[in-house]
Amino acid sequence: MDYKTNVTLAGVELKNPVMTASGTFGSGAEYSEFYDLGVLGAVVTKGVANVPWPGNPTPRIAETKSGMLNAIGLQNPGMDVFIQRDIPFLQRFGTKIIVNVCGKTTEDYCEVVERLADQPVDLLEINVSCPNVKEGGIAFGQKPEALEAITREVKKYARQPVIMKLSPNVTDITEMAKAAEAGGADVLSLINTLTGMKIDIHRRAFAIANKTGGLSGPAIKPVAVRMVYQVAQAVSLPIIGMGGICNGEDAIEFLLAGATAVSVGTANFANPFAAKEVVEGILEYMERYQVSDVRELIGAVRD
Amino acid sequence: MKYKETVIITEQKEIATDIYSMWIQTESIAHEAVPGQFLSVYTKDESRILPRPISICELDKEQGRVRLVYRIAGQGTREFSNYKVGESLSVLGPLGNGFPLDGNYKRVFLIGGGIGIPPMVELSRHLPGEKILVMGYRNQETFLREELEQNGSLYIATEDGSMGTRGNVLDAIRENNLAGDAIFACGPIPMLRALKTYAQEKGMDCYLSLEERMACGVGACLACVCKSMDVDAHTHVKNKRICKDGPVFAADEVEI
Repeated sequence: MDYKTNVTLAGVELKNPVMTASGTFGSGAEYSEFYDLGVLGAVVTKGVANVPWPGNPTPRIAETKSGMLNAIGLQNPGMDVFIQRDIPFLQRFGTKIIVNVCGKTTEDYCEVVERLADQPVDLLEINVSCPNVKEGGIAFGQKPEALEAITREVKKYARQPVIMKLSPNVTDITEMAKAAEAGGADVLSLINTLTGMKIDIHRRAFAIANKTGGLSGPAIKPVAVRMVYQVAQAVSLPIIGMGGICNGEDAIEFLLAGATAVSVGTANFANPFAAKEVVEGILEYMERYQVSDVRELIGAVRD
Repeated sequence: MKYKETVIITEQKEIATDIYSMWIQTESIAHEAVPGQFLSVYTKDESRILPRPISICELDKEQGRVRLVYRIAGQGTREFSNYKVGESLSVLGPLGNGFPLDGNYKRVFLIGGGIGIPPMVELSRHLPGEKILVMGYRNQETFLREELEQNGSLYIATEDGSMGTRGNVLDAIRENNLAGDAIFACGPIPMLRALKTYAQEKGMDCYLSLEERMACGVGACLACVCKSMDVDAHTHVKNKRICKDGPVFAADEVEI
């Protein structure tokens, strides 16, 4: 039997639904030492701003049970270096390129989006949900009006389809999803990390320098699956689901909840081959249950 | 080339209080690795998702073995200490850059403090020239002493004064009137900071192996950065990645 694994996001066809979660994979260079990035549906880059950002003080991470906290603070080289160095690198692999865009102000986001307009980039992911930076980031992602407004502004400059990445640190994520949809978003991705804290009881101090950090990893997967399901019921946009995906079975769960594609994030740290193994795991599941087309699984579990 | 492998433990023993020595069988990593590099070691308990970075103490290229000497610092390393000979272990490596071996110095200092001592063993076998090894321990539990003595003159400092010079490695250098052309060091940040200053005063070259909490271990996540004097190649913001650009840096390359 021939198994079809391709999916489409806002007119962009991916060879399979597996991508990397922004911030866990750089621009792919480090992981290309382990496997051919061409096996992935897409690479989602670490957040790119208009200028270089130095990020937060160290320690930037702390391990937690089945997860980790991070407050890297979106350290990135800015769009000039990114365009000159990272895009040509990623073009070699025959995978789709999704650029995560971060900023402090609406103008910052729009500047990057405009600059990327003529670049060989397939989709843009707008990071309005990073909990670790003081300005921008999550400030746009916790109020429906602000989210709708920035979505609308970004869409004015974007030549590629726009993914709005949603924060789970809200009262009702469906309100945020609807706001992004109203603003003209083409795709939604969720969830970003959950704001958390760890205290080192031996030193009686915060475990990470930023005090709070974003919780990721298997610990957050049930929250993420629930939110993907809720958003899938609330809007008609395609969803990229993420949060604790480590293997093919985890990915299938997100597809069944309503995601069209999935991102592998923290699992890359626990296993550099994680994203590739998720691709293989999805195919194993399809073979086991004789699913001829992966799209049959999308949103297959509902009331 | 980095290898992710499941390897067999061929020896495991406690060589000082909470300090363990483990030999693992891995032809590929033993062949590839150089002194100063480290391995990411994965726990079997899946609730601990991040690998533990552990420096390479010895390389046995003939028999394809690598020796890791580590301290129990938390639940992950405690788990490692419970593994028995014959059990398997998942590792990734070799990672990082290692110490420069081409300096052509006449007489070099190899300085280790606490759990920074292990990488000095393999380094002492590869650095050319006369070697002065200065090791700082907490007390008379002077682990790896026999291995270190084989490749140079060994001086010991202990915090409690139970052996060698009472105090730190610089106290031992001064007490014994030691001098050299370069420093290769690994240990706690206060020690490395003092050595950087000492080397500047004496006009010596100085190489320091740094550590920081790591997640990916391969340069992608940007967790383990240190401040650098020049802009880094990755982000162009004066943040070098300890796991990828280091862990060994020229002392005047980094702010510590």
